[in-house]
Amino acid sequence: MAITTREGDHSYVTQPAKILAMKDLTEDTRYFKFKFLDESIVEENYKPGQFAIMSLPGVGEAVFSISSPPTRTDFIEFGVRKVGSFTEALFKLKVGDLVHLRGPYGDGFNMESLRGRDLIIISGGLGAIPLRSVLLYVEDRREEFNQVFFLNGARSPADMLYREDIIAMAQRGIIESHLSVDKDDTGEWPYHEGVVTTLFPKITDRVVSEKTTAIICGPPIMYKYVIQELLKLKIPKDQILMTLERRMKCGQGHCGHCAIGGRYTCLEGPVFTFYDVQHIKELI
Amino acid sequence: MCQKFTQISTFLKILQISKILELNSKLLYCISLKFSIFRRYPYRLPYKYNFKNSLDMKTYKMSKDRFPEFIEKIKTKGQLYGPVKGNGKYSFEEIEKFEDLDFDYQRTVIGPKKFLTPPRYQTLRYDKSGQTDVFVSDETQIVIGVHPCDIHGIKILDRLFLGNIKDPYYEKRRNNLIIIGHSCLPDENCICQSTGTDMVEDGFDLFFTELADHYLVWVGSDKGLSIAIENEDILTEEISEEEIQEYVRWQQKRSEMFKSEIPSFKYLADIIHLNYDSKVWDQFGEKCLSCGTCSLVCPTCNCFNVEDRISMNTEDGFRERILDSCTLPCYSMVAGGHDFRPDRTSRLKLYYTHKLKEYIGRWGQPSCVGCGRCVTYCPVDINVITVSKALYEEVCENQEVCE
Ligand SMILES: Cc1cc2nc3c(=O)[nH]c(=O)nc-3n(C[C@H](O)[C@H](O)[C@H](O)COP(=O)(O)OP(=O)(O)OC[C@H]3O[C@@H](n4cnc5c(N)ncnc54)[C@H](O)[C@@H]3O)c2cc1C
Ligand code: SF4
Ligand code: SF4
Ligand code: FES
Repeated sequence: MAITTREGDHSYVTQPAKILAMKDLTEDTRYFKFKFLDESIVEENYKPGQFAIMSLPGVGEAVFSISSPPTRTDFIEFGVRKVGSFTEALFKLKVGDLVHLRGPYGDGFNMESLRGRDLIIISGGLGAIPLRSVLLYVEDRREEFNQVFFLNGARSPADMLYREDIIAMAQRGIIESHLSVDKDDTGEWPYHEGVVTTLFPKITDRVVSEKTTAIICGPPIMYKYVIQELLKLKIPKDQILMTLERRMKCGQGHCGHCAIGGRYTCLEGPVFTFYDVQHIKELI
Repeated sequence: MCQKFTQISTFLKILQISKILELNSKLLYCISLKFSIFRRYPYRLPYKYNFKNSLDMKTYKMSKDRFPEFIEKIKTKGQLYGPVKGNGKYSFEEIEKFEDLDFDYQRTVIGPKKFLTPPRYQTLRYDKSGQTDVFVSDETQIVIGVHPCDIHGIKILDRLFLGNIKDPYYEKRRNNLIIIGHSCLPDENCICQSTGTDMVEDGFDLFFTELADHYLVWVGSDKGLSIAIENEDILTEEISEEEIQEYVRWQQKRSEMFKSEIPSFKYLADIIHLNYDSKVWDQFGEKCLSCGTCSLVCPTCNCFNVEDRISMNTEDGFRERILDSCTLPCYSMVAGGHDFRPDRTSRLKLYYTHKLKEYIGRWGQPSCVGCGRCVTYCPVDINVITVSKALYEEVCENQEVCE
């Protein structure tokens, strides 16, 4: 099951991985590329949307979505925003330094079950990090999917993640992308301005509701409004896939922190269908 | 509604008796036949069917004056812990000699969960040269004097920690633990009769029921059986009809001693569901101090935090697991400062809904074992009894379902 757990290891054993490359994506968000020291670990046995737990001795552990797709082996990528003690320590590391990884955890997007479907991928802010895994999966297996729309929102032009990559993918016809910022403070933003839901009119007439699956990831506040739009488009509730963020300490259903109602986000999530969680009162 | 409930449980009892008849074990038969008349617990049946050892479950008798001898012998197997009184309260402590033990108690402050998922323990050590796992020692621990509710508590922890993904630390401690139960008599805070955890049929290695001059010693596992066989000089399998009668009378007396109950425990999940937005939660939230005592003492609360500590010389350090509580602030806070449960009301609601409702959905049984610790220790009287009573009254007022 797990990429980092081998026969005989217990479930908290971590595997050392070396930083191969890093790149600043925005002022506070950085791209990291890792390679496991143990060559026998093959980084392909996971689904987009699953996450790994990273450990830095002396600092602690933190949860990050795997940002590379299972179709690209030999390395594993993350995107990290600097928000606190762990992420600050991670940002101080240099190429060649080691971190310790365990995982993958949770239930991700079941891409194989989406074969032949239209996809609307909706991302807000940091949500683009896990959804990058979905987008690159689509790029590598484009023939498996029908139309693919990507709606990406960010606070400002400087906060937009992977802008060049997305535009390049759109130019190659892999996705139809629509970018938006809440507020253009530069005066040079060539695309749409407004919250991500204001992008919907650009695709509405081409959405075939019974053939479409929506994939959402973004800040908690975004879900309510995006789901309203999707329901207006008559996308079935069980075809609205969303990833939820909760505090997590173990990733194995034991520490209790990620509970929503009777579910553990680290086991049954972070990807849920809207149908599954619609009645849970603590959702957002 | 209540009448229906009684009918159903009578039906279950009859079923249960017939099941026991099949087992054809004289002792079980006599006891259950007499007992089932005042057993009130409808969840009991499934356990009976699952009960692997029931056919060859052995029961011994031990004269009370041989007990010190038993303690001396069991001590040779590992580190012995048992109930000890100190500071006016009981706790499970290391036992040097028989006289340290005091079985005349209702509840320890912290239950035997401290042997399985200690409030604080290290999992990793590191220094400049690298990191090493800190693992559980191989030492056998024996805990004696565990009451039925606490044994049920361990069974609930087992289900969580030894399910599909096994927690390696818990698993090793559990395998190294010998559990010797002891009978008890309830005080006014015990509610295990309501939760149906006043009796145990498995989950222990040996269980001692204290009667006037002797103990009945029940064997609950292979480990327990081998201990019993090693002690055959002080145990006998000969139990007379009269002694069975004495046991039945003792159980009858015990079951009549319960003074507190949780109203409509069976329907509590539904009552909680119907009352999700009730103002009752705000009233309790207003009072709650967010002190975490309820989680510290509850035998089924196991949430933990993971933290790294660096020593003063900044050269080395360790990672540890610390018992956490969902009633504490920041329990559900994520990066960036968003808190999914920012107020005491929502956290308290998590505590009680998770225990009394969500556990049923997940495991078929709530995770309250009626030990009465929250009743005894919450400084502001928030506990399963007051919470469930308040919710029950809400439903009665608003929905007119109760006469
Ligand atoms: C499923 C999932 C996927 C995630 N994916 C990413 C990602 O791809 N990129 C990214 O930048 N961030 C991601 N996060 C958030 C990331 O886990 C937090 O940014 C990180 O834990 C912050 O740690 P810190 O010590 O820097 O922050 P601090 O604010 O100093 O953290 C304080 C404490 O809170 C805990 N904590 C804070 N937020 C979270 C959280 N969301 N989940 C668990 N524990 C938390 C930390 O472990 C730490 O103990 C994800 C979170 C989850 C649950
Ligand atoms: S319910 Fe009582 S014991 Fe629990 S945190 Fe609140 S005040 Fe403390
Ligand atoms: S909720 Fe209270 S009575 Fe129930 S098991 Fe926990 S401490 Fe004991
Ligand atoms: S992260 Fe520990 S239970 Fe989900």
